[in-house]
Amino acid sequence: MATVQTLPDTATLNKEEILRYSRHLIMPEVGMEGQQKLKAAKVLCIGTGGLGSPLALYLAAAGVGTIGLVDFDVVDFTNLQRQIIHTTADVGRPKLDSAIEKLEAINPFINIRRFDTLLNSSNALEIFRDFDIIVDGTDNFPTRYLVNDACVLSGKPNVYGSIFRFEGQASVFGTKEGPCYRCLYPEPPPPGLVPSCAEGGVLGILPGLVGVIQATEAIKLILGKGEPLIGRLLLVDALGMKFRELKLRKNPECPVCGTHPTVTELIDYQQFCGIRGEETPVVASSAIPEIQPEELKRQLDAKEDVFVLDVREPHEYQICNLGGYLIPLGDLPKRVNELDSSREIVAHCRSGVRSAKAVDFLRQAGFKKVRNLAGGILAWADKVDPSMPKY
Amino acid sequence: MKIHIPTPLRQYAGKQPTVDVRATTVRDALAQLTAEHPDLKRHLYTDDGKLRAFVNVYLNDEDIRYLDGRENAPVKESDNLSIIPSIAGGKRN
Repeated sequence: MATVQTLPDTATLNKEEILRYSRHLIMPEVGMEGQQKLKAAKVLCIGTGGLGSPLALYLAAAGVGTIGLVDFDVVDFTNLQRQIIHTTADVGRPKLDSAIEKLEAINPFINIRRFDTLLNSSNALEIFRDFDIIVDGTDNFPTRYLVNDACVLSGKPNVYGSIFRFEGQASVFGTKEGPCYRCLYPEPPPPGLVPSCAEGGVLGILPGLVGVIQATEAIKLILGKGEPLIGRLLLVDALGMKFRELKLRKNPECPVCGTHPTVTELIDYQQFCGIRGEETPVVASSAIPEIQPEELKRQLDAKEDVFVLDVREPHEYQICNLGGYLIPLGDLPKRVNELDSSREIVAHCRSGVRSAKAVDFLRQAGFKKVRNLAGGILAWADKVDPSMPKY
Repeated sequence: MKIHIPTPLRQYAGKQPTVDVRATTVRDALAQLTAEHPDLKRHLYTDDGKLRAFVNVYLNDEDIRYLDGRENAPVKESDNLSIIPSIAGGKRN
């Protein structure tokens, strides 16, 4: 495990630091020795989003001496509901600029190392090299598998957290004695079978709960105290407010940490996860007849016979709508008889992906006069009606 | 016994968080679940009828891959079966 064996002189605390960390120093589980271990520790946080925000804030406050941050994203308004390290004034700024400002304001006695990059197979091992513990606050399967494999290959613990709607998971992977992420999930789900948070949403406080669990585990690993989540998967259900625990075992046949590993260097994780781009329609858009928002507006204003079909979910309809007829994409096959195939139909969703599937389905069902609103209601808001809320 | 349905799969199980079944083995319990909610089947099983690699099934706190008999392991009325799919968490990237 990545506990610090010999502490360098630079881990000595000055008078201001002793005052700052006094509530740690007076508890025997931390004390001067533990606080110096924290100061000597180097923790890398992948992502400064929902999980990374509370995680980095608490690690900085606790006095983790070197914190690395990897992110290439820019703060946007939809982040603010949960990414508490960023404020309204930070919208449009690089997340690293915003995060580092907050961390330095909380604790000027720590070193922050910034990596303005997308973590990938060619830079991961190099970035990981100077750190003791890696904390995975990412949001997608390719990076999850990349972080896992890079941790196993470089022998560093991977403090894992993941969230969906109001459920979360946390564990510590990649230690010598414990299982890794691939022991639990040898393969990623095929794209499209598991909805992302952008599609499914996430309760804003949930990454707070799970990110703080990750921070707790990172600090326990540094201190060498307590029982880390090695070999255990913690399940958090925020709605039921239930915490459950499952046993995880190291799989001897694991392709990366097993007895005969077949993955001995980093691979192409986009390809491994079969990613074609999350927002790319399954059907080629060239095969789907489209209508531009401006043209739909003209036809509606001219009172031409156009039937607007909204294939989003009812709760999305409540956010904003074009007054269309609502049949969620998943219900379309059993409700197709509600549609009149002799009429001009324009299907739309939020961004145009689901409605492309709806148009493809309807054409296969014999509908000839059906088109997809290009870019969905988001494009309508951009090009026709700026007062339309975007989500 | 109770089968716990994770959030991403609830839409295929009548939006219920748990489903009660009477079963003698893990296989039997999952068969009853998918008979009652056929939409779940393709999310849990491959076309040739194997449990998908990214879906883990736990009997109480133990992975069924490590139980004697695996899917044929016996179950009791008081047992809990949980389906644990992988989630990536966060935002689109």
